[in-house]
Amino acid sequence: MRRMLTAAMAGSLLAAGVVGAQEPSDAIQILPVQGNVYMLIGDGGNTLVQIGDDGFVAVDPQFEYNAPALIGAIRTLTDRPVRNVVVTHLHPDHLLGSAALIESGSGRVPAIPSIMAHENVLLRLAAMDSPPPVEVWPENTYFGRQRDFYMNGEAVILYHVPAAHTDGDSIVFFRKSDVIGTGDVFTPDRFPMIDIENGGSVEGYIDALNFILRLTVPARMQEGGTRVVPGHGRLSEEIEVVEYRNMLTIVRDRVQALIDDGLSLGEVVAARPARDYHAEYHGDREDWTTDMFVEAVYRSLSGE
Amino acid sequence: MRNALIEVFILGIALTGAPSRAQIDFTGEWAPIYHEDAPERGPGPELGDYLGFPLSEAGRLQADSWDAGRISVVSEYQCRPHASDYGIRGLGNLRISRVIDPATQDVVAFQSHMLAYDNERMIFLDGRPHPPENALHTFPGFSTGVWNGNMLTVTTTHLKTNYLQRNGIPRSDQATVTEHWTRHGDYLTIVAVIDDPVFLTEPLVRSTNWFLDPGQQIGVFGCETREEVPLPEGTVPHYLPGENPNLREFAERFGLPFEATRGGAETLYPEYRLRMGPYNPPEICEHYCACQGLFNCSLNFR
Repeated sequence: MRRMLTAAMAGSLLAAGVVGAQEPSDAIQILPVQGNVYMLIGDGGNTLVQIGDDGFVAVDPQFEYNAPALIGAIRTLTDRPVRNVVVTHLHPDHLLGSAALIESGSGRVPAIPSIMAHENVLLRLAAMDSPPPVEVWPENTYFGRQRDFYMNGEAVILYHVPAAHTDGDSIVFFRKSDVIGTGDVFTPDRFPMIDIENGGSVEGYIDALNFILRLTVPARMQEGGTRVVPGHGRLSEEIEVVEYRNMLTIVRDRVQALIDDGLSLGEVVAARPARDYHAEYHGDREDWTTDMFVEAVYRSLSGE
Repeated sequence: MRNALIEVFILGIALTGAPSRAQIDFTGEWAPIYHEDAPERGPGPELGDYLGFPLSEAGRLQADSWDAGRISVVSEYQCRPHASDYGIRGLGNLRISRVIDPATQDVVAFQSHMLAYDNERMIFLDGRPHPPENALHTFPGFSTGVWNGNMLTVTTTHLKTNYLQRNGIPRSDQATVTEHWTRHGDYLTIVAVIDDPVFLTEPLVRSTNWFLDPGQQIGVFGCETREEVPLPEGTVPHYLPGENPNLREFAERFGLPFEATRGGAETLYPEYRLRMGPYNPPEICEHYCACQGLFNCSLNFR
């Protein structure tokens, strides 16, 4: 069972090499989010783009192969140069397009555009046996609780949420636009992908979701206000994060109860403790099934 | 000849204009009639009462896991509104108005306001498409309507996750709701068909009625979130599978076989009575015995 999960993780990490051979997709869908921020949806998930007179900031620029389409989509929004590319974590669907975006820069800017991420992203990439090209490695890293900068008339704040999806996750908050980019700490179209091999944990994941809920404020009757852009899945608000946090907390409690009863990993998976969420979170996905999710929760709680 | 041309012209306007204009006017103040399912809609449903719901295994387990403390402890639930499919079942004083395109005088939408949670909803009649899959979901959802004779058929997608009944029976954000609106004089009837591939195995159908009440004045509902229970951040009250002690209350109180109260398509139709086993109603009714309206429903009689 453990081998299955590791294979799935490896599959995710190696996916860029596999899908990199495919034809570049031009299927980038643009959704206006709020304020200066847009959500660009493609094969690699969701890219946030903040635009303005200073240039543009992109968060999670997807795969290398769909970078041309992504850049083309951004150019329908702005002709200003790239200023920063933020990578929320080290997985290729969020990372590999970053170099192409940096190279797409045009016009004079007061600072050389850079790839920003938490330091653990860089450390993990540097420790890989077969790392991606150094051009996509973040050179503008931070190791504290947060990092911020000011761009296009608003504060942009990167918060490190430890040991969640990985150990290098950043939440990106566009404060004036009131938009949060969560990376894969929140993915409402699938179960939480707890990448234990890269430092993720179920407790850290729940803490990260609770942290997002501290930032979000609904405008009226639990709607409006802060918009939440997930790493994958649809545009959301606070309540979707609540539902996701509730699900993960409940499944965590169920798995812990089964562990306390002395059940083995196989027995816990066979008990199907997430069966009522299977259809809701598309647990039949090939790359992240309900059983893989339950196994990850088990391993995170048991330390096995 | 001239009169004939004018008549043809007017007839042409009538015929070409008709499809885009409202054929029945739903505007006005509508008061709900609580003759159907009054206990559920007023004081609230019994815990463990899943009667009439074609629940999937997932829907039943989520309902079984429900702890009513969640709506207080999870502060984000305190002002969480009814979604539009449940909203018409709740405290449903309703105002409907028309949105008219000033250039064409076409009715391009109906707008509704309901008492509970100050719910606002638009039903577009101008043929616009539904938003893309990854667009924001809302509690009203995105609704479009088309006329079938004098009946307005409304299709709603992009709903946020909500509930089918206020005892934990969930409704997912993948649901599609089809409503059929009809008006007979001073009465409005909405028949809703809820397709939820996650929590239902077949469509849930329910009807709701109102009567025209021109003097009605809908008040402000209002809601503010407060810390109500001092528990650690992130606490989510729930019952582990098999450990909810409240599920048999409903069956025992009303003398029903427990299996019958568990919902599911197999218990939904009249034939089920043939294999349900004996029904032994209590000799003395002690709960919700004389529900004739909203406010006398919570009285207990002996």
